[in-house]
Amino acid sequence: MKKLIKKLTEAYGPSGNEEQIREIIRAEVGSLPDEVRVDTLGSLIALKKGTGGGKRVMLSAHMDEIGLIVSYVDEKGFLRAQPLGGVNVMTLVGSRVQFADGATGVISPEKGDEMKKDPDLAKLYIDVGATSREEAQGRLGQAASFVRPFADLGRRVVAKAMDDRIGCVVLLEVLRKLKGSPHDIYFVFSVQEEVGLRGARTSSYGIDPEVGIAVDVTGSGDTPEARKLAMKLGAGPCIKVMDGGMLSHPGINNLLIGAAESNGIPYQMEVLPGGTTDAMAIQLARSGVPASCVSIATRYVHTPSEMVDLDDVENAVKLFLAFLGQPIEV
Amino acid sequence: MLLEELSNAFGPPGCEDEVRRVLARHLRGKVDDLSTDALGNLIAFKRGTGPEPRLKVMVDAHSDEVGLMIISIQKNGLLGFRAVGGLGERMLLAKRVVVGEKRIPGVILAPPIHLAKEEDLERVIKIEQLAIDIGASNEEEAKGLVKLGDYAVPSTRFEILSEDGLRTVKGKAFDDRAGCAVAAALADGQYAVDLYLSFSAQEEVGMRGARVAAYRIAPDLAFALEGTVCNDLPKKEDSSPTSKLGKGPAITIMDHSFIADKRLVRLLVDAAEANGIPYQFKQPGIGATDSGVIHLSRTGVPSVTVAVPCRYIHNPVSILSLNDFDNTVALMKAALRRIE
Repeated sequence: MKKLIKKLTEAYGPSGNEEQIREIIRAEVGSLPDEVRVDTLGSLIALKKGTGGGKRVMLSAHMDEIGLIVSYVDEKGFLRAQPLGGVNVMTLVGSRVQFADGATGVISPEKGDEMKKDPDLAKLYIDVGATSREEAQGRLGQAASFVRPFADLGRRVVAKAMDDRIGCVVLLEVLRKLKGSPHDIYFVFSVQEEVGLRGARTSSYGIDPEVGIAVDVTGSGDTPEARKLAMKLGAGPCIKVMDGGMLSHPGINNLLIGAAESNGIPYQMEVLPGGTTDAMAIQLARSGVPASCVSIATRYVHTPSEMVDLDDVENAVKLFLAFLGQPIEV
Repeated sequence: MLLEELSNAFGPPGCEDEVRRVLARHLRGKVDDLSTDALGNLIAFKRGTGPEPRLKVMVDAHSDEVGLMIISIQKNGLLGFRAVGGLGERMLLAKRVVVGEKRIPGVILAPPIHLAKEEDLERVIKIEQLAIDIGASNEEEAKGLVKLGDYAVPSTRFEILSEDGLRTVKGKAFDDRAGCAVAAALADGQYAVDLYLSFSAQEEVGMRGARVAAYRIAPDLAFALEGTVCNDLPKKEDSSPTSKLGKGPAITIMDHSFIADKRLVRLLVDAAEANGIPYQFKQPGIGATDSGVIHLSRTGVPSVTVAVPCRYIHNPVSILSLNDFDNTVALMKAALRRIE
């Protein structure tokens, strides 16, 4: 599984630019599903048909990652950028970014000695090694993602874009291990989550699911002086109760809890102040869908170094397999 | 000029009927169907000449403009108001407006410089402290002319500033009557695709009209036409201007509300280059347009925004170049002809 995490997290795919990561995931999905398609906004949808008598279940993990989009090229070939998603500007200084064509850029503040606690993105620029406007003009409107290699720390792993490639890994593992579920399961690798759950919104309209569950990362409260959050690494997948955009369906949550307890899978309950996931978009599709989210507690979310515990990832896969093996009556 | 009539028309969000009337008069006879929906969107349908099944193309321009609403009639006859859409208070002092269905003329109060204290000159007067003076001597007289909930908009009249060069014109509400005039001009052409021109209501308060219009039309792809920000006035730094006046239609790659469909951006660029039409990219990350809701309609709609660059939008007066306007019409016609 570490190899798969490395492959997915190191791939390029800022919001709206998911072509490369989509092809990697499409290859991983292979011929396991009964149908594979790409919808209008670019989400990859893989349908695994059930043995019958079950529900239409949508599982969603987003392929996109936060990044930057070039908004201006100056006379000397330096680039200015706007955020794609919730970029933490503090983590940008000194970072490298990559473009779809593999080109690298370095981010620098205009004046290093004037760096304050909360730097202004407008005072940072990207240096792609160009020496004139002409040389760099083609970058206008192009998106860049962080560059940071995957690191194996043993039971814990760290990478950029763990949000939400780790969710994509969970879905791929579930797809591989799934046997004999009664449900028609739509594995959705969605686009544009980081800019407003846009892919999941149109995918869920198209699929019209009876049950929806997102897989995403969530914060953790287990680091020095961290904000008070109950979630911690290694304590099992988190079953979301509430976040900034939704209240999970209690019936779905009870089924998830039941599946965990009857199979001896550790889990934790999640209340996240702020933030939300594809589950919110699914919940509000058409006339409404019972929805929840299974989250992986993650340290340093929205930085180039997001850390997860592999036990949580493996247990999330087990939780989904147990949940999907049973009838879903809510 | 249709742009002149549209710019002068009274049409704050939720009160777009005058704009609709101007457009309907212009479009009648040029399109196959004209209808107004529940939110006040005027939708014109022009059947394509291509073989069935034809693609459904939505071209959206919003009919509303930022405006004001009367929320109190004071004992002294002055009218308290709030903004409807993003019209900032710092723009409002001493501006001329028209109020309500009777189009009562008024002036937004401003303390003359003789009475202003030094600190007053440094600060922006909050909208709560502003009022519209329609010259009424008391509450009763004002109530005879205006009622609570009436709208007001600037009374700026359209005017040609320069016949040569950039061919500049000034007026109010170029955001988005410029887009409306471009969309209306498309009705003169013939296209292979089925064309739905949606003159959408209530964009300035959250893209409300376009949301339901897109649901109704269920298009295969969509263009939103706009009057967008210019940020080309003299500045010290070489950083981040958005579109420039006179440099051609501005194509959006990304704004706060959506990421443009790459195929449609390419279509526009190819159409511009093949026809020698100048174009520019709008600086990514600024503003929001009807594409934000259209692209999320139903199972998703490939969408892009094209705009006529306008200086000073969301102010009581703005300036655009008729060269940019004509080039936006030309670009849209060329792009539509490339779709089959």
